[in-house]
Amino acid sequence: MAEVTFLEALRQGLWEEMERDDRVFILGEDVGLYGGAFKVTEGFTKRFGESRVIDTPISEAAIVGAAAGAAHMGLRPVAEMQFIDFISCAYDMLTNYVATARYRAGLSTPMVVRGPCGGYVRGGPFHSQNPEAAFLHTPGLKIVYPATARDAKGLIKSSIRDEDPVLYLEHKWLYRRIKEQLPEGEEILTPIGQARIAREGKHLSIISYGATLWKSLEAAEQLEKADGVSVEVLDLRTLLPMDDAAIVATVKKTNKVLIVHEDTRTGGIAGEIAARINEQAFEWLDGPIMRVTAHDVPLPYAPTLEDFVLPQTDDIVKAARWLAKY
Amino acid sequence: MARVDVLMPQMGESIAEGTLSKWLKKVGDPIKRDEPLFEISTDKVDAEIPAPVAGVLAEIKVQEGQTVPVQTLVGVLETEAGAALPAPAKPEPPKTAAPPPPTPKAEPSKVAPAPPPADRPPGRPAAQSSGRPADGDGGGVQTAEQRLRTKSTPLVRKIAAEHSVDISRIPGSGYAGRVTKQDILGYIERAPAQTAPRSPLPAPPGGVEHPSVDAWPGDRVEPWSKIRKITADHMVMSKRVSAHVASFFEVDFTRVAQLRGKAKGSYNERGVNLTFLAFIVKACAENLRKHPIVNAAVSGDGTIYRADVNIGIAVALDWGLIVPVIKHADELSLIGIARAINDLGERARTKKLLPDDIQRGTFTITNPGGFGPFAGIPIINQPQVAILGVGAIEKRPKVVTVPPPDGTESIAIRTMGMLTMSYDHRVVDGADADRFLADVKQLLQEFPEGAV
Repeated sequence: MAEVTFLEALRQGLWEEMERDDRVFILGEDVGLYGGAFKVTEGFTKRFGESRVIDTPISEAAIVGAAAGAAHMGLRPVAEMQFIDFISCAYDMLTNYVATARYRAGLSTPMVVRGPCGGYVRGGPFHSQNPEAAFLHTPGLKIVYPATARDAKGLIKSSIRDEDPVLYLEHKWLYRRIKEQLPEGEEILTPIGQARIAREGKHLSIISYGATLWKSLEAAEQLEKADGVSVEVLDLRTLLPMDDAAIVATVKKTNKVLIVHEDTRTGGIAGEIAARINEQAFEWLDGPIMRVTAHDVPLPYAPTLEDFVLPQTDDIVKAARWLAKY
Repeated sequence: MARVDVLMPQMGESIAEGTLSKWLKKVGDPIKRDEPLFEISTDKVDAEIPAPVAGVLAEIKVQEGQTVPVQTLVGVLETEAGAALPAPAKPEPPKTAAPPPPTPKAEPSKVAPAPPPADRPPGRPAAQSSGRPADGDGGGVQTAEQRLRTKSTPLVRKIAAEHSVDISRIPGSGYAGRVTKQDILGYIERAPAQTAPRSPLPAPPGGVEHPSVDAWPGDRVEPWSKIRKITADHMVMSKRVSAHVASFFEVDFTRVAQLRGKAKGSYNERGVNLTFLAFIVKACAENLRKHPIVNAAVSGDGTIYRADVNIGIAVALDWGLIVPVIKHADELSLIGIARAINDLGERARTKKLLPDDIQRGTFTITNPGGFGPFAGIPIINQPQVAILGVGAIEKRPKVVTVPPPDGTESIAIRTMGMLTMSYDHRVVDGADADRFLADVKQLLQEFPEGAV
């Protein structure tokens, strides 16, 4: 066993897949010689050579388009967005082209688009976004969003092996904060489409993913100690396809649901989850489905304002406490 | 500072709505417990409704003349002073001493929809806020359904349906008195015996569909009144629920007629009209205790033997049929029964019956004899198991045997009448019914003079 960070686990996963399968290659801005803006691919060029770790021009559309073509031709590209905020530059390629390729042309597009997302790091509006909701609405894509080091590794490996295009969202606030003992030599493969109970509980369920999973766990701890409220926390891990069975199971167990995500509120994933619960488990609800999310504003630079806009542990505690008493 | 909701009461088993005819107090008036608070009129009864607790009338939600479903919030009483607290139903958990639970005021979108429901669930006027008068949303009129929604959750309603529990009986510990999962599970755990078998007795309101028929040119189509609809649904439901059988007994009322003739004057002096029906009620009351299976109800796969003998008397009114109930009829003398029949009939005709007057019957008698039928087969008044119909009582030729030593037979003029009883063969077998009727017949034919 060795203690590894979220970032190191991700790096290991990429490395192992490149070792395992020489069709796997990486492309993106500064991923080669510089080793990536966050050093995820540091040392990759030295090991795998410039033909498998390709520095590209600053054009996300070109990166994704090239990856799609390579995937069609039988390779397994992993495209890095230096900051996931700029994936919107590749929105057309991803939604119009990549997501529809199998349907339109019978073309398999086994590719991964990954990149750092999320706030809490004073990154401001261009370096803090969570774009999952924009792509959740696109049939043909898969979206994974790991919260633990184990899943960072397990999901990048599963994504690379998947036959369909996968968006792999990695929260930069977790990169070096999350440390975990991972067994050396074990093949870690987290299945796509399966949520995970991060904490067992019986009075109320919090459904979350990414950075707010950890804030939800903190909140659950506080509620247990202060109020004696036993909170279950469900880590979605995959957002598309969504694990309805796990969501319904926790609703049936605790009968109260709080959905927490860092993305903004309107049109956010919490709305979709709430709708599914409403359709599939309405009669099991003992309270309204509640949400804790970011405000509907671009993320401010100012630290105090960022703290205000993003959901904090205290917000989760308050909402959960209210719901527990409903 | 407790606030107590005042609801439109359930005025009888099949009544769905009532009209608030008059408020007897104004907002701000103090009121004692059980002091009349408002008047209502329903299809079947008019009544003064007493205050459930002592306090001050804080809000009026339903104005005079409005008709609302039963269980609708019509007003709010405030007990004691200090009405100003925003009163969440539960105390704060110990840790947060300062701010009330309903989430951050300053953070509208993060936890947005939370704060409003905290003390003001959708559809429910802001009753709790300090100093706010009844605010206008919806004019305070709520359907029973809306009202239920504010007090329970889908899960609680599901559990209630599975266990046949009436949610309104459960004290709620959630916000605004909402019944929570813990509340209902605790209630079921504490009272399994009471909660289990109260399933399908009254017909679900509006549950019966009556097929449509085309009207022909010149026909007049008249939509039913509430009481007609209730009666129609109840009759169909009863026919569907119970296995109806009927027995006919011919009774010689000659002796009763003689006793009645003798006593009528003195009864009149005491303001009581002595009828054949009074004798029949008395004879049934005396015998129902001896034949408890006729004084019963079916519940699930079981029989409820009623402890009381409460005999309902069907009264035909210009606007429909109503069945006021003589409570503890077996404990009344003949004059007590006659007086009760007079009183209930009079109050039925003048719409002065109280809600309780038409509830908790255990056996019913219908007496269309005055209109002249030889006999009829009545439909059981659910959830009872038997109903007695009285045919016309008139002089008829009858074969009689002259007592020994003569022993010869001859045709005599006797006062005769048919008694018909419909009973529910699920629990009452023919032998049970006929033994009961034979006893009733015998008592009527040998009615003791001392009992008049």
